[in-house]
Amino acid sequence: MYGTGILKGLGVTLRHFFQTYADDLRWAGKGGRYYNDEAFAVRQSPEAQGVITVFYPEEKLAVPERFRFVPFLVTDDPPPGQRWGHDWCTSCGICAKVCPPQCIWIERGKLPNGRPKPEPVNFFIDIDICMNCGYCAEFCPFDAIKMDHDYELAGYDRSTAHIHDKARLSKPLSYWQEISPKRAAAEEFGRQMAESAKTKKKGPDEEAAPGMPNDVARQLPYRGAQY
Amino acid sequence: MSEAILEPTAAEPAPVFHTPAQEASARLKELFPDVVSDETREGYEGLAVYADSLPEIAKALRDELGFNYLSSVTGVDNIEEGKLEAVYHLYSIARGGGPVVLHVQVDRNEPVIPTLVPVFRGAEFQEREAFDMFGIHFQGHPDLRRILTWDGFNGYPLRKDWHEPFFEEQHKPFGSRWPEGEVFRAEEKTPYGKNVQYPAGWLPTGDEYDVETDVYLGLSYSRDATPGLRTDKVTVNLGPQHPSTHGVFRMVVTLDGETIIDLKPVMGYLHRNHEKIGERNTFIMNMPFTDRLDYLSGVSNNFGYALTVEKLFGLSVPERAEWLRILTAELIRIGNHLWALGFLLNDLGALQTPMLYFYIERELIVDFFEALTGSRMMHNYMRFGGVAYDLPDEVRGVPTMKYLEEMVFNRLPRVLEQGDELMTGNEIVRARSIGVGYLSPADAINMSAAGPLLRASGVPYDLRRAEPYSFYDRLDFDIAVRYNGDIYDRYLVRMDEMRQSLRIIEQVLPHLRRTEGAPIIGDKPQYALRAPRGGESYGRVENPKGELGFYVTAKRRDGNPSRYHVRAPSFINLTTLGPMSRGYKVADVVAILGSIDIVLGEVDR
Repeated sequence: MYGTGILKGLGVTLRHFFQTYADDLRWAGKGGRYYNDEAFAVRQSPEAQGVITVFYPEEKLAVPERFRFVPFLVTDDPPPGQRWGHDWCTSCGICAKVCPPQCIWIERGKLPNGRPKPEPVNFFIDIDICMNCGYCAEFCPFDAIKMDHDYELAGYDRSTAHIHDKARLSKPLSYWQEISPKRAAAEEFGRQMAESAKTKKKGPDEEAAPGMPNDVARQLPYRGAQY
Repeated sequence: MSEAILEPTAAEPAPVFHTPAQEASARLKELFPDVVSDETREGYEGLAVYADSLPEIAKALRDELGFNYLSSVTGVDNIEEGKLEAVYHLYSIARGGGPVVLHVQVDRNEPVIPTLVPVFRGAEFQEREAFDMFGIHFQGHPDLRRILTWDGFNGYPLRKDWHEPFFEEQHKPFGSRWPEGEVFRAEEKTPYGKNVQYPAGWLPTGDEYDVETDVYLGLSYSRDATPGLRTDKVTVNLGPQHPSTHGVFRMVVTLDGETIIDLKPVMGYLHRNHEKIGERNTFIMNMPFTDRLDYLSGVSNNFGYALTVEKLFGLSVPERAEWLRILTAELIRIGNHLWALGFLLNDLGALQTPMLYFYIERELIVDFFEALTGSRMMHNYMRFGGVAYDLPDEVRGVPTMKYLEEMVFNRLPRVLEQGDELMTGNEIVRARSIGVGYLSPADAINMSAAGPLLRASGVPYDLRRAEPYSFYDRLDFDIAVRYNGDIYDRYLVRMDEMRQSLRIIEQVLPHLRRTEGAPIIGDKPQYALRAPRGGESYGRVENPKGELGFYVTAKRRDGNPSRYHVRAPSFINLTTLGPMSRGYKVADVVAILGSIDIVLGEVDR
């Protein structure tokens, strides 16, 4: 019959209309559907029904561990009274060389005798140019540069505020462990594994180092092939 | 002329041809003995051809040898030899398999090549692009104007001696970044006002500024649609700022009343010279840039580029990585088609609300990619010889495999059903789309249409079957094909394709479980890769939008591609827009454009 197709289509609309209320009712006695952490988790999961909108900035989506935004530099946890600890960066320049839009500038340190010192004097990232590809973090052999989760970087002045210097970029290891616990642990595991492999090579009768367990390896890029 | 050359000797056994392309190449050499020869440069395949006889050779390939699909036309600047080169990739729709590649070299100071537009209309935009980027003059081209840059643009940007205003060095990485890293902003070195060069004698305020005349002159005027009534034709610009154009895209249309008499697409508003950037970049740097082509299917673009470079480098990919690649490519295909269907409804006049019904499920796919790759759309997921990440532990709090199963067996089939309910039988959709925007199979092939556009015209050509890559030959699926060549069939083909993609993913999931814990990349990845051999490589994948091809050439031991070309399906599919729209109403054109499903990031590159 002519018109049944339209009616069916309108049925879909009607279903969606009622679905938005279905979830409202389900959460009615439990603190409501919105501004409620428990309901929010469901609203963003595959079980979500009806409206799945997030009321940013009151509500924010949880970002997964692998989420990548403008990079930061890892330092040791700071000693009391100081903001940063020792830089992990050795200013080897691999991140600057692999960076596709070339947004990283590194000024390498110098020893008094003129030889390079494995420590950056300055480190700049132009966040306007950064394309968040994550190569710097992927290829850093010292786990010294990592992708951040802080995506709220709006500023008032493009010409000065958007070039981040070393002070702005440095964050302690504990921050990395906080935003990305599983991966940070896996990296620690990988570093220890590489370390023990190095020392074991000296002893002749040692067995080959055990590989990385699967649930650790899958946290890392290339399943930890870099360790 | 060919008979004289053919002197069969009894002792010589008949040559054995392994592929249709080899057979056709051998035949061509027999047919045109003086002008066709094997390409002799190391690492190159195909034939070297003299420019003057190109149209005849193309005609013979099309009519006699069955190589009727001109996939890619591009230029190359061989500055050391003082030559400009045009490279043509032709495929056989009926027989599948690899390409016949034609290389035409002409003098750099006098680059003239006869046009192929009379033989393959699909060459129209691509030749214009090669003219725009390299200054190769295609003699006899009906409308040889700049296409991606504008008329006040100085020089031919893809020539090797052309430098962009913010030029620093020929190749990345730039020396100023390390170890002396002194930060600067590009605008400081090239301030506003000094970053534009005009051609000699060209003034931005002069009469030449009226560059639009060319566009309007190109539009053909036919006789009155209503005889006896004196009517005026009106030329109207649809776009570039228009919600129906899916971005900044302009259609110049000549109207007789509401009827389209002629239409010309104008593009390039988002042009950033992706290919020049690609040639400055090292090989691995290009990977995240490919995400920005068709930004709705980033991982699929990665796939094409990875395949191309793996071919050039001779790398192999571990099994689990192949399954992960297929899983992601098919998921993104579903995501892309959900988006396309939503937008088609939007273009048909069902604004916004029904579109969102498709996006709820697309959101799940995007969430999966966020957990897998770290980014919702700019995935940067594949590496040469594998993929970057294994599956995550969980997606939105659900274990990954469970999440995938929930999606593949429950949510996605349900949304397809809902789409059927909403659109397939809907009288308004049918009235607006059946019989509108007709494209015949012959035209579709001749205009190098690809993907759902080609298959909706009844041509069962899918690269996953015609020239299987990755593990697609191990999977059981059908080529989605429909035969009426109108908007409605393009919609149906996309629905069918999503079902087939689901079928593929269902087969991939057990393999992913089986290979749990296996390596996902061949070697430990290197940040500075150098080409182990010189030569060319053309890789193509069946992207959601159509055939995405990458043409990469490199010199031995070089860290950068010396030529990096993208055969963008959205761009070439637009060739069909003008012919498809003629005779329909203005409102139909919006739907026709929607049914091609373009993404401007890829059109303009």
